[in-house]
Amino acid sequence: MIITENLTKQFTATLAVDHLSLQVSEGEVFGFLGPNGAGKTTTVRMLTALIGPTSGSATVNGFQVGKQDTQIRRSVGILTESPGMYDNLSAEFNLTIYARLYEVKDPKAQVEKYLRMLGLWDRRGDEAGTFSKGMKQKLAIARALLHEPRLLFLDEPTAALDPESAHLVRDFIEDLRKEGRTIFLCTHNLDEADRLCDRIGVFKTHLLVVDTPERLRNQLFGRKVVFHLLSASDELAASLRSLPFVREAKVIDNKLLVTLDDPEAHNPEIVRSLVGLGAEIQFVGELRHSLEDVYLQLVKNA
Amino acid sequence: MLKIKTILTKEWAEVFKNRMVIFSVIFMPLLFTALPLIFLFATRDAGLSNTNSELPPQFAKMCSPELTSGQCFQVYMTSQMMILFMMMPLIIPVNIAAYSIVGEKTTHSLEPLLATPITTAELVTGKNLAAVIPAVIATWLGFGVYAIGAWIIVQNGAVMRALFEPMWLLAVFIAGPLLAVLSVNTSIMVSSRVNDPRVAEQLSAVVIVPLMAVFFGQISGLFILNSALITLFSAALVLLDAGMVYLAVRLFQRETILTRWK
Repeated sequence: MIITENLTKQFTATLAVDHLSLQVSEGEVFGFLGPNGAGKTTTVRMLTALIGPTSGSATVNGFQVGKQDTQIRRSVGILTESPGMYDNLSAEFNLTIYARLYEVKDPKAQVEKYLRMLGLWDRRGDEAGTFSKGMKQKLAIARALLHEPRLLFLDEPTAALDPESAHLVRDFIEDLRKEGRTIFLCTHNLDEADRLCDRIGVFKTHLLVVDTPERLRNQLFGRKVVFHLLSASDELAASLRSLPFVREAKVIDNKLLVTLDDPEAHNPEIVRSLVGLGAEIQFVGELRHSLEDVYLQLVKNA
Repeated sequence: MLKIKTILTKEWAEVFKNRMVIFSVIFMPLLFTALPLIFLFATRDAGLSNTNSELPPQFAKMCSPELTSGQCFQVYMTSQMMILFMMMPLIIPVNIAAYSIVGEKTTHSLEPLLATPITTAELVTGKNLAAVIPAVIATWLGFGVYAIGAWIIVQNGAVMRALFEPMWLLAVFIAGPLLAVLSVNTSIMVSSRVNDPRVAEQLSAVVIVPLMAVFFGQISGLFILNSALITLFSAALVLLDAGMVYLAVRLFQRETILTRWK
């Protein structure tokens, strides 16, 4: 769906995107994370043929950026950072304009389909300017889908939305994923990325890392298992450290925090060891680092 | 064609909700039409005194012998105001075109619009027509009202023939639309090249200056417009417009507009 090779964008004195090489497969939800000014929007603009790269190449839906721009624009949907609706025009008219520009065969039916799907049908005659931020965002999502693109670029889809609206938008993205659409999601909301994305790329002018959220967590922090004991001691931790598969074990309050590569395989043995050492286990659980921890660690190191 | 029509429909639906645009499309033609009519009404009983001596000599000799000196003065003064019908198609679209681009900027709607498969030529043509058509219609309507009003006030065939000589018909019906195209493309070009859309609006208005020079040149008696001059002017405008449309499309650089307008 998306293949970039050393894609670079230089604005006069600013290097916005530096040799980005990336592949996003069909049906994948790819999270593109990075701090403000990292070059995420510039990347999206290049991949949607809004601006041209300075060097490097990119193929989107099989079309080459810079050479087949109209075909790219016809085949992708984009939710821009700002909804950018025509505030003086009705929701229905807003979508009808875009349906025609995207050469949709039956604009009326398609507009109705998405207005109904996003719960805006009853407000179709109202000016977009009277809509709440959440409703405008939904309208912008409808606009991005009118021509049924298989590849969608969503730039901060839940930014500045209240929790309820953000939840609705996330659910809708989840539905789009179930339909098998490919989604390139730029977001600052790391929890959202964690929940929705198959893979994430952390970006700060250049690509820092690409992988699944789970693998990134494991690579950076290892997998940690917490054993809640009636009484934890340094002796117990030292005993566990002597086991060959334990990377680290330490005591925090009455808990033993054990770092392992493969908890599923080794937890039973640890439990047996602890019981053998006289420990009374109350509860066992996995300590899961948030994507925020991963992100902050990566960006800090960059 | 469908995309141009879509842009046209969208522009009209949007810009005609803007008071400034409504003002320029309705009030300005009303005012510019009323001025010569008021003058004709005020001078409807122009005396028979010999005013020819007070007219610029190059104009006085153009007055046909069938006109009295008072009527000749009336025709002379009204002719000065006919330039207003050339200014209208120049001024009206500046507001519409500037608003249509500035509007896209203020609502952040340009990016999703440019993300559609519309070509720059289609977009610029749509915006051109959206600004040119109302300006031309408003001008022609104003001229129609003026013609009817003048006939009611003057009721003199000789004066009417002098007022509506082919030169002015050429100016209003040929040069007018060409001036509108020139004006719109100047707006689009300026808007595409500057950082601040407000500056674009102000710079675009500069296009009226050459016509103001013609207006004052004629009023001061420096020269008198005639059919040959207007024909030459229209021919030059055709070439100029072709160049301006080409340049407007070439200079409407999506990337510059998207990345410069913050």
